[in-house]
Amino acid sequence: MTLPASSTACAGNNGLDHWSIRELGQQLAKRELTSREIIESSLTAISSRDSRIGAFLHVDGDRALAAAQASDERRAAGQALGPLDGITISIKDAICEVGQPATCGSRMLKGYISPYSATAIERLLAAGAIPLGRANLDEFAMGSSSENSAYQLTHNPWDLDRTPGGSSSGSAASVAARMVPGSLGSDTGGSIRQPASLCGVVGLKPTYGRVSRYGLVAFASSLEQIGPFSLDVYGAAALLQAMAGHDPHDATSVNEPVDDYLSKLDEPLKDLRIGLPQEYFGEGLDSEVRRIVEQAIEVYRSQGATLVPIELPHSKYSVATYYIVAPSEASSNLARFDGIHYGYRSPEFTDLESLYANSRGEAFGPEVKRRIMLGTYALSAGYADKYYVKALQIRRLIRQDFDDAFQKCDLIAGPVTPTPAFKLGELVDDPLAMYLSDIYTIAANLAGIPAISVPAGWTASGLPVGLQLQSPVFTEAKLLRAARMLEITSPWIGRLPPTLS
Amino acid sequence: MNQTSPQSATLPPEEVAKIARLARLKLSSDELTLYSRQIGQILDFMNVLREVDTSGIEPMVSAVPCENIFREDIVIESLPRKTVLANAPRTDGKFFLVPNILG
Amino acid sequence: MKFDVIIGLEVHAQLQTNTKIFCGCATDFTPDSPNVRTCPVCLGLPGALPVLNQRAFELAVIAALGLRCQIAPFTKWDRKQYFYPDLPKGYQISQYDLPFSFSGLVEIPADPAVAGEENALRQVRIIRAHLEDDAGKNVHDESGRGSDSQVDLNRAGTPLVEIVTEPDLRSAREARLLLEEIRLLLLYLGVSDCNMQEGNLRCDANINLHIHHDSGLTTKTPIVEIKNLNSFRFLEQACEYEIDRQLKTYGTMTEIHDRTKRTYGFDPARGITFEQRSKEEAADYRYFPDPDLVPVTVTREQVAHWETLVPERPQDRRRRYHSAMGLTPYDASVIIEQGRPFADFFENIVAHGADPKQAANWLTQDIQRILNERKCGINEFPVPAELVGLILAKVSEKSLTLKAAREALDLLVERSEEQSVSAATLDQIIQERGLAIVQDDSLLKEIIQKVIEKNPKPVADYLGGKPAAAGSLLGQVMREARGADPQVVKGLVTAALDALKFADS
Ligand SMILES: [Mg+2]
Ligand SMILES: [Zn+2]
Repeated sequence: MTLPASSTACAGNNGLDHWSIRELGQQLAKRELTSREIIESSLTAISSRDSRIGAFLHVDGDRALAAAQASDERRAAGQALGPLDGITISIKDAICEVGQPATCGSRMLKGYISPYSATAIERLLAAGAIPLGRANLDEFAMGSSSENSAYQLTHNPWDLDRTPGGSSSGSAASVAARMVPGSLGSDTGGSIRQPASLCGVVGLKPTYGRVSRYGLVAFASSLEQIGPFSLDVYGAAALLQAMAGHDPHDATSVNEPVDDYLSKLDEPLKDLRIGLPQEYFGEGLDSEVRRIVEQAIEVYRSQGATLVPIELPHSKYSVATYYIVAPSEASSNLARFDGIHYGYRSPEFTDLESLYANSRGEAFGPEVKRRIMLGTYALSAGYADKYYVKALQIRRLIRQDFDDAFQKCDLIAGPVTPTPAFKLGELVDDPLAMYLSDIYTIAANLAGIPAISVPAGWTASGLPVGLQLQSPVFTEAKLLRAARMLEITSPWIGRLPPTLS
Repeated sequence: MNQTSPQSATLPPEEVAKIARLARLKLSSDELTLYSRQIGQILDFMNVLREVDTSGIEPMVSAVPCENIFREDIVIESLPRKTVLANAPRTDGKFFLVPNILG
Repeated sequence: MKFDVIIGLEVHAQLQTNTKIFCGCATDFTPDSPNVRTCPVCLGLPGALPVLNQRAFELAVIAALGLRCQIAPFTKWDRKQYFYPDLPKGYQISQYDLPFSFSGLVEIPADPAVAGEENALRQVRIIRAHLEDDAGKNVHDESGRGSDSQVDLNRAGTPLVEIVTEPDLRSAREARLLLEEIRLLLLYLGVSDCNMQEGNLRCDANINLHIHHDSGLTTKTPIVEIKNLNSFRFLEQACEYEIDRQLKTYGTMTEIHDRTKRTYGFDPARGITFEQRSKEEAADYRYFPDPDLVPVTVTREQVAHWETLVPERPQDRRRRYHSAMGLTPYDASVIIEQGRPFADFFENIVAHGADPKQAANWLTQDIQRILNERKCGINEFPVPAELVGLILAKVSEKSLTLKAAREALDLLVERSEEQSVSAATLDQIIQERGLAIVQDDSLLKEIIQKVIEKNPKPVADYLGGKPAAAGSLLGQVMREARGADPQVVKGLVTAALDALKFADS
């Protein structure tokens, strides 16, 4: 079969502005493009760009090409599986797939090969999506910059000196740098939304319980969700559609019907009431970020939305609350990495206890150790009530704030991060300052509500800034439609990172 | 954004060492000093929570209101032993091996 | 100097499920094939998540109801954190502050040596029963050469119910009796096979002494927890040794300030308890609610339903066999301790007309003998209980002698090899072998007449003044009239001979 000129263009670097999941899907459907070409194009992009970006820890091109062939055969036989069939994605290296590495960005799991697959991956495979490689991350998803990866830094495609954000650093950067059109990340305190914002792509954290966590290496179980990255809102919707729904392997996955995220995606929401929490626009918010976010909100107003001032009085406690709850759970979740059944074992030990302590001490990086220490302290005898229990009580108040706010509005809009992408190395010695960069994203994890980061604009120096939208539990359909309203009016997909040219 | 607390807030190194032992983490003396300062600062930052009156508030353990999630008592095939031991640092082909526990 | 022994137990019993508590791996006993019953969940692999086995929860509830516990309307799961190679997750999933059940009671015979009287009862309060996952198994090199230990995770994740008692036991003997009673109860409830060789029932004993000095002062020895006792004998021995040890160590001290609870092990080979490598710091398990699992709520209706699944407890049966059936407490216990199928068989026999005492004797002697010969349990006994009951009913009605009944039973067992046996088979056997007591005197008289006619010699001897000569005649009549009551036959033969004597004279 000869391909139209446009498709070959698309498969090469010149076609980067047609690299969204929606557009790729349309071209596949029109037979202007094959899945094989998508994979080849991805592989070419990775080989030419990833040495500068550092998004991938592992790429399995042969496997992807085989999957692409199967997809192309399905399509030729008229049996395509849906909007993701034949589309390739990257996977955060903390989401397990059978036969693939899952290093979690840690020395602890160097060489570890998962003997089973995450439910989210199985569902994407069933939808015909093709995992191409494993994306870099902050070690065990702890971090906001990629600097905690034991393997490599990931660079922001918009400015290689800057962080892509984290912990889903490689996921965001691989999409922003047009190496893959979509990715899976995980969001425990903003780890999808923050890098999405800093990299200028769409990133969605689903409602807690919407996507199975089975196979996601746990950092803080009660807070995290797997979620999609994509260049376009449509791609995020399609990826979520494939993954969402009850999973009998995850007792915390909710048995609630899954909405159709795609069919009404392009219909603007009417009578939209957008809540603006005064707490999100106060001290510490970068003026350019504020301007871009306010412009985005203005776009909604111009489309008929009502802007409602709201209060989230406990939001100022969310960072402190989060950095008790998450490390507490982490200290327990990471106890399994002890050098006995899998993972790193120190060659130096004199007894069982030193085997444990040396293996863990040598294989975990500073941030992981810091959080394990913090969590161990917060749960230890005599301190649990003062820290852990107290934090969970405030967590309820934070959730209550949202419940109250959603009486008055349909969505809450605000910034994703207080600043655009900071320079790599800038905050590395000040963990607390790093923690405070999660100030706007953390509350959604504590409350369990869905939230999305959608590109809203660029700073004068060309750094992307996202708008965060949050909505009540299980209203991802609304969240995605609202994000699409912004996307339609500001067609930023065509804007390419300068490093790609 | 730099709301970090004064440098004076430290967690005593013996406390740090105690936690490190509980968590089975070998720390160098530099790490001990560093964490003593950093965790002290972070804990100091956490003290902001004290100003919230939480009396009578039920701790929120989970964001899902689910209860009574069960599986049926039906056998599912286990993994082959080879797979089970494949990632182990040391095995004899049948067992995971660890240094003599009694020793 | 007097002293009280204070003992409480923590009993761990494996629940009889097909699969582990949080994954689908089978729970069958596979000691020779290590690490073949594991999956991502019970291996604690990164990313794997637990989901609660409904059957494990239900069996645990039934166990708790059997222990007369209250069932909590809301219960949750907590992580108990410590590092050990048989614990792949780095924590055990257990229940901390909100166990699914609490406040139960078990009654055992009190140790007469402590109670000061025979037949006193000891009420042992159950603090709680909770559900948790078991660890794997470490196989240590005990050669002293310091070779590696081996870890087998087949057992990891097996469901356990842990039963915690108040320290209501007052002697080593009572500790043993309680564990025996709990085992029997769990067996009757059908929630655990309590196989102690396989480690499916084990316990920890917490022991200390209250020493009453002659001065009127009372001192309390520090509590020692003896871990992992996996036989009744070891439990009793360990407690006895430990009581002795504490007495020797603390007996003469007038003040004991030490309140540290210590963990001991028991060495069965030497019969001694020993302190396990003391930890520099007290264990800090950092319990917190497991965020991977959701709470379980239980309604009153559910509890009412589960109550209906709790059979009569062994304790109550024992009492009923004694009071309503007239068995001695000893006989009642012998039957009950053989297990529920055995006791059910007994009740079935009685329900079909057997005299309870006769039934008890038969079961514990005749039937037990057959079971021993055939090396099988009561479930495989080839003659149905109804039929055994029928045979013994015939004994009670005096239509079979006990000897004939035994013969009938043996024959039924024999026939069962070829066919399934029924009441018709029994009738057939009685008929064929003439086992029935011959009630018809005229028939007997006819036989006697024939025997007298055929045996002029013994008859003449008898008439000639040798009464012993009647014996051979009697034997011949009995042979002809199988199943006849020997007493009746003897009377009739004597009467017939005496009639000849008078006819002669
Ligand atoms: Mg226990
Ligand atoms: Zn398993």
